Amino acid sequence: MTETRETGGGGTRPLLTVRDLSVQVATEAGAKTVLDRLSFDLTGGETLALAGESGSGKSMTALAIMGLLPKPMARVSGGAIKLGETDLTAMDERGYRKIRSARVAMIFQEPMTSLNPLMTVERQLIEVLLEHEVCRRSEAPKQALRLLKDVRLTEPERRLKQYPHELSGGMRQRVMIAIALACDPEILIADEPTTALDVTVQAEILDLIRTLQAEHGTAVLMITHDMGVVAEMADRVIVLRHGRQEEAAPVRELFAAPQTDYARTLLAAVPRLGSAPARPQAEARKKIVEVDDLSVRFDITGGILNRTIARVHAVENVSFHIRERETLALVGESGCGKSTIGKALLGLVPWDGSIRVDGVQTRGRSRAMMHPVLRDIQMVFQDPGASMDARMTVGEQVIEPMRVHGLARGSELQDRAEWLFKRVGLSPDMLSRYPHEFSGGQRQRVCIARALSLSPKVIVADESVSALDVSVQAQVLDLLQELQEEDGLSYLFISHDMAVIDRVADRVMVMRLGQVMEEGPRDAVLRDPQHPYTKRLLAAVPVPDPTRSRPAMPDAAGIEEASPIFPVGQSPQRIALHDLRQGHRVARVAATTP
Amino acid sequence: MPILGYIAKRGLQAIFVVVAVTLFISFAIRLTGDPAVMMRESANVTPEDLERVREGLGLNRPFLVQYWDFLSGLVTGDLGASFFRGPIAPLVSDALGATVLLALTSLVVSLIISIPLGVYAARHRGSVSDQIIRLLSLTGLSFPNFWLGIVLILIFSVSLRWLPASDFRSPASLIMPAVTIGVILTATNLRIVRTTMLDTLNQQFIMVARAKGLSERSVIYKHALRNSSIALVTYLGLQFGSLMGGLVVVELVFNWPGMGTLAVEAIAQRDYPILQTVISFLAIMIVAVNLLVDLVYMALDPRIRLE
Repeated sequence: MTETRETGGGGTRPLLTVRDLSVQVATEAGAKTVLDRLSFDLTGGETLALAGESGSGKSMTALAIMGLLPKPMARVSGGAIKLGETDLTAMDERGYRKIRSARVAMIFQEPMTSLNPLMTVERQLIEVLLEHEVCRRSEAPKQALRLLKDVRLTEPERRLKQYPHELSGGMRQRVMIAIALACDPEILIADEPTTALDVTVQAEILDLIRTLQAEHGTAVLMITHDMGVVAEMADRVIVLRHGRQEEAAPVRELFAAPQTDYARTLLAAVPRLGSAPARPQAEARKKIVEVDDLSVRFDITGGILNRTIARVHAVENVSFHIRERETLALVGESGCGKSTIGKALLGLVPWDGSIRVDGVQTRGRSRAMMHPVLRDIQMVFQDPGASMDARMTVGEQVIEPMRVHGLARGSELQDRAEWLFKRVGLSPDMLSRYPHEFSGGQRQRVCIARALSLSPKVIVADESVSALDVSVQAQVLDLLQELQEEDGLSYLFISHDMAVIDRVADRVMVMRLGQVMEEGPRDAVLRDPQHPYTKRLLAAVPVPDPTRSRPAMPDAAGIEEASPIFPVGQSPQRIALHDLRQGHRVARVAATTP
Repeated sequence: MPILGYIAKRGLQAIFVVVAVTLFISFAIRLTGDPAVMMRESANVTPEDLERVREGLGLNRPFLVQYWDFLSGLVTGDLGASFFRGPIAPLVSDALGATVLLALTSLVVSLIISIPLGVYAARHRGSVSDQIIRLLSLTGLSFPNFWLGIVLILIFSVSLRWLPASDFRSPASLIMPAVTIGVILTATNLRIVRTTMLDTLNQQFIMVARAKGLSERSVIYKHALRNSSIALVTYLGLQFGSLMGGLVVVELVFNWPGMGTLAVEAIAQRDYPILQTVISFLAIMIVAVNLLVDLVYMALDPRIRLE
C-alpha cells in the first residue's frame, strides 16, 4: 500500500543476507537435504514471506537463521547467513545468544505452548529484558507493562501477574509478540503466527504486527502456508517447495502472473470466498437428519465434595435438518459448540433434545443400541494421523467396521476394502501398509474409506481438511463432492474456514457460544450476511488478493466477550431467530446485548 | 480462597485415610490371636492370671473403645505401654528419628546424583554417556536391596574393615545403609528425570527460551527442570510406600535401630501395642508425604491452584 511495497528491497542495504543456504537433516537413510541453496535479502521495514506447503523447508530456514536447528539431527550444510556485517553461520553459541531476541527475534505457531506454564507473564518478559540488559532490574516491571500496552493487551496490569493458562490463544500470542519485541530487534521472524488462532483473532494479530512494524521499522520474515496471509502481509514472496525456491517475486506480480507451474497450482488451489459455483437445490428431498432443541451441557465439579458447581452450555437449543444429498456447514470460532454437535449426532456425548437419523430417534440409546444408527452416520476427524491406530494396517482398519457390523465376511471383506480404496483414489495394494507410510492427504483418504465402509447416508466431517496443505485440501474436497454426487451422501461439514465452507456448503449455520446466530442458504449467509457476528467473521478472512485494500474490521460492539459457563440453575438467554426470507434466519441483534 | 479450599480438601482426605488405615490395622492385629495367651511364655499360668493380664491391658473392653483409646493416644502422644519394654512413646520416637534420618539421607543423596545425571543424559540423548548412564541405572535397578546390603558388609566391613557392619554408633554407620537404599532410588529417579526432561525439552517454550537468547543453564534449570520436577515429585510420593518397605529390610540387614527393626522385634515378641503403633506411624508417614507432595505440586504448578 505504500511505495516500498512495489519496489521491495532494492534500494537500501539489506539487514539480512542469506546466500546459498542449505540445511541437512540426519535420517536413517543418511543425510537428507531439506533446504537447498536458498538466497534472499531482507531490508529494514519490509515484509518478506516464505510461502510453501509442509516439508517445503520454510521453518528450517527460520531456525537456521536463529541458530536453533535441532542438534544434532539438523545442521547448516552450506551457504552463509549475514546479519549486517556479522556472519551468523560462523558464530559460536555464546555470540549467538547476544543476537537472539536482541537483533533477531522469533514468534512461533503455537501460542498455547510457546509460554512457560509455570511462570507469570511478567517474569517471562523481564527475563528477556534483563538477559540483554535493556534496562535495570528495578525498571524492568515498568518496562514489561509498557510492552504489554504496546501490544494492545487489555488490562495489562492484571495480565502481568497472570499465568499463561489464564489467557486466551490470542492474548498469549500478543504476549509472545511483546517478548519478541522487548529488545527492539531489527528482524522479526514470524513462523505461522496465526495458524492456530481463530479467524477474527488472526486478523487482529496480523494487524498488530503491521502496526508495530510501521512504528519500529522492523523487517519481518513471515513464514506461512496461507496465501491469504501472504497477500495481506508481504511485500515480496518466496515460494518454496521441497526445500527449493520455486519462485521469488513482489507480491502483486506473483498473484497477478505466477511464472512457475507450482506457484500457479498453489494459487489456483487456494479457496476464495465467493468464487464457488452455484449448487443444485435440495429443497424437495427427504430429510435424513432432523435435530430439534439439541442441548449439550458438561458439568464442572469442584468444592470439597466434588459437587457440580457450574455447567458449560456447549450447545443450547439448536435445531436443524439435513436433506439427502445436501451439505450443511457449521461454522464458528473455537468453543462455539460446532464439534460437540457432530459428536452428539454419533452419540459420543450425552445430550438432551431429539435427534433423528433417517427417521430413527436416537435419544436415550445405549452404546449397543446406537450400533444400527451408526451404519447410517459416520465421522471423519480433523487429524487423520491421530484417528488411526498406528499398529494396525490401514486395510484392517477399513475392514474392522464391516466386520463389527456383520456386513461381510471372509474374502468378501477384502474385496470390499479394495473397492473402497479405489473409490477414494488409493491403490488397493496399499491396504497392507501402516498409517505412517502414508502422507497426510492419503491418510485422510483412508479415513474417508473407513467411514464409507458401512455405506452411511450421512458423514460428519469435523474439520476434515483443516490439517491438510491447500493443494491436498482441494483434492480431498473434490473427492467428498464426487462421493456426494455418486452416492447421494449428506454431509454435516464442520469447519472454521469460511472459504472452504463457501466451496462445499448448500446451507450454512453460524454458531457462537452454543447458539445459532444466523442460518440459511450459502449465498444468503455468506454473500449477504445480516448478523454482525457473521459480518465480522467474513471480514476477518484473509483474501488472497494483494491489490485489495483491507477494509476496516466491523465494530465488535454488540458482540461482547462472553462465556458459555453458567452456575447450576442458570441458563444462557435463549436467542430467538427470525425469518428473513427463504430459510434465511438470523438472531435478533438486540438479544445479544441485553 | 481456591488455595485454602484445596488445602482443606486434601487435609480432610488425609485425615479420613489415616482413620481408615489405623482402624484396619487395629482390627487386623487382633485377628492374630489373644495377646494374653501369646504372652504366656512358660507354663503354670492359670486362667485367672490370663484374665488379670487381659484386664491390665484393657483387652476385655469393646474393640471400638480400645480403638478410640489408641487413636486419641496417637493424637495426644500418650501411646501407652509395651508388654515388655515400658512406655512406647520414647521407643517409637527414637526409632522414628533413626528411620527418618536414613530415609532423608538416601533421598537427598539420590536426588543430588540423579538430577544432574538425568538432565545430562536427556540433553545428550543417544550419546555414549547417555548409554552408560542408562546401563548403570538398569544395573542399580536389578540389585535386590538385601543382597546389596550383605555384599557391602562383606566388602567394606568384613574384608576391608573400613565401615561398621551394624548398629548406629557413628555417622560412618549411616553410609552403607544409605547407599543400599540410595542405589535403587537413584536408579529409578534417574530414569524419571531423563524421560520427563526429554519430554520437556521437546516443548515449544524451551525453543522460545532459547530464542530469547538465554544461556543453556537458564534454559535447562529455570525452564525445563521446573516443568520436569512436577512428574518427579509425583513419582516420589507414589514411591514412598515401597521406599518404606525397602527400609524395613535394609534396617534388619544393618541392625539399624529404626521403625523396621522395632516392628520386627515386636512381631517376634508378640508385643502388639508396639506393632500397632509402628505400623500406624508408617502409614501416617506415607499419607503425610503424599499430602506434602500435593502441596509441593500446588506450589510448583499454578494450573493446579485453579481446580
